Amino acid sequence: MRSPSAARALLVAAAVIVSVTVAGAQEPQSGRPSVGFGTPITEQAVAPWNIDVRTSDGQGLPSGRGTAAEGKAVYDAKCVACHGDKAAGGPMYGSMVGGIGSFTTKTRVLTPGSMYPYAPILFDYTRRSMPMDKPLTLTNDEVYALAAYILALNGLIPETAVMDAQTLPKVNMPNRDGFIPDTRPDVKATRCMRDCPPIGVVK
Amino acid sequence: MGDGPVTAKSRADRPRSAERRAFLRGGVTLAGTALAAGAAGVKLAAAQSTPVSQPLAIPEWTKTPGRPIPPEMYGMPSKYESRFMRRRTDVFVNKQNWSDWSMSPLQYQHGIVTPNGVFFERHHAGTPSIEPDKHRLVVHGMVKQPLVFTMDNLMRYPAVSRFHFLECSGNGLADWTKAASTTVQQTHGLLSCAQWTGIPVSWLLDEAGLQPAAKWVLFEGADGSSHTRSIPIDKVMNDCLIAYGMNGEALREENGYPLRLLIPGWEGNVSVKWLHRIKVVEQPANFRSETARYTDPMPDGKWRQFSFEMECKSVITSPSGGMKLPGPGMYEIRGFAWSGNGSIAAVDITADGGRNWQPAVLEQPIIDRCLTQFRYRWRWDGKPAKIASRAVDSTGYVQPTAEEISKVRAIVGFVQHHNGIFPWSVAANGEVKNAIA
Repeated sequence: MRSPSAARALLVAAAVIVSVTVAGAQEPQSGRPSVGFGTPITEQAVAPWNIDVRTSDGQGLPSGRGTAAEGKAVYDAKCVACHGDKAAGGPMYGSMVGGIGSFTTKTRVLTPGSMYPYAPILFDYTRRSMPMDKPLTLTNDEVYALAAYILALNGLIPETAVMDAQTLPKVNMPNRDGFIPDTRPDVKATRCMRDCPPIGVVK
Repeated sequence: MGDGPVTAKSRADRPRSAERRAFLRGGVTLAGTALAAGAAGVKLAAAQSTPVSQPLAIPEWTKTPGRPIPPEMYGMPSKYESRFMRRRTDVFVNKQNWSDWSMSPLQYQHGIVTPNGVFFERHHAGTPSIEPDKHRLVVHGMVKQPLVFTMDNLMRYPAVSRFHFLECSGNGLADWTKAASTTVQQTHGLLSCAQWTGIPVSWLLDEAGLQPAAKWVLFEGADGSSHTRSIPIDKVMNDCLIAYGMNGEALREENGYPLRLLIPGWEGNVSVKWLHRIKVVEQPANFRSETARYTDPMPDGKWRQFSFEMECKSVITSPSGGMKLPGPGMYEIRGFAWSGNGSIAAVDITADGGRNWQPAVLEQPIIDRCLTQFRYRWRWDGKPAKIASRAVDSTGYVQPTAEEISKVRAIVGFVQHHNGIFPWSVAANGEVKNAIA
């Protein structure tokens, strides 16, 4: 004698066989499908989009070079309108110079000089995002020169230093060791319901 | 405006010309005090006990046909709902429009889904208008076979739809040490929630084939800022989506059309919009957007980096800043709770500034890393009160006060990740004001 559940299993199995016969091979109904729809592409074809720089060591920096003097000329033509003379702040944005040493005071002044842990961030960000009205139009030489100009204004390289794929990652940035990993949850509040301390304010 | 006994006539309800003037004044201005002066509420008639004896009028719109299907074919809200709109930031005022943000009118949102037209937005070089037929998504780097996808390719995959909130880590940054903002739109409006439709990023990475040393993934947008972030691969493979749909339709342009990343529970900045490149790498790139920005000041001059999760938080959206209670009586305190680390387990309400708390009712559905609506019927006795909500998530984490947060972090400058309990004061005359400081 078959049990009722065994009979049901047989029916289900029969139904599966019928459906396979009718509808073809069964696809898995969850997870990644058995086929993909991407088209292979070569890294060479991706190259025009492949603009990220690993800023901690400069991997991905392109060829090219520039000095602060060259950077000043580019800056005065393409950047000064928003960032102001000598990167001291303009109609749109604040200063890009100074602030080094301010992080242990009550007013932290954030500039590329004070904040960036790695100098190649200047290259990566300027190339991908600046100037805001014409991003991705600067030549690599212009971007290196602008990086040199901003670093020199911040007193982090000599006026005559040449910035390129070898020298830029070696610039000693003051906030190099300023970052700590996320260790949250860092606040342990309790769910007090009765006679609790009132909600305080930030002093 | 008829959606409850509480009304508002605040800065956030004024026409855009006021905002325009604020923009023309220029400057990065903390203008909250001036705004608050003009934020007194408009009082609705309180409930009356005298019976209505005047016969009800038959309104004009009942005695005439309405309009036919409108020519624009995409329905718009009633003209009487013009207050339900995004507002450009007007507490912290940007001097330009291209790296900017606008905030959702949470005080008027009914239920947990934010309509697409008022979903908050943040961009770093304006909103591009991308032709979907020309859009391409590239997957490359430490993969066995780099791949490129058209939108048609991507939409052939089986789809998944999930409800998740998005919150900018800068939400609330003007309101740590002073009550700079007037309305909840200004204090918490960089928060919205949608049903997202797309495909798991893991499917595309598995299709390309991960190399064993792959540890991080860079996601880059096709906008004018080429905005990019580095994300740990475990998170990417776990639950990240490539989304092309939100709330039943294609993404809005300001929310990433035609394609965006959606990282559930993490700060909005990492959910890269206008997504066009995914690069698998061994180490984070340490972009400007993850060093000089989107890091949190800590004691001793340090900065916390890669602080991705949006911790458990809640806020009362009604009554909230800029509203006015017409008189003593019963009011529904309502609001939202959410957690980037799980689902909402409980929300408590205080009306005496935190001395005593009562559990609120949580409305279904309660979804992981999604807004949860809470409701609490409050009888106001007409005396000054201070109301606030406090959320607990499924990990047991209890939403702290801003004061508690300030004891372990440095509250200096533009501080992100403000998930503190947010009190509103109710004056004897019914006016509701920001009471964070």
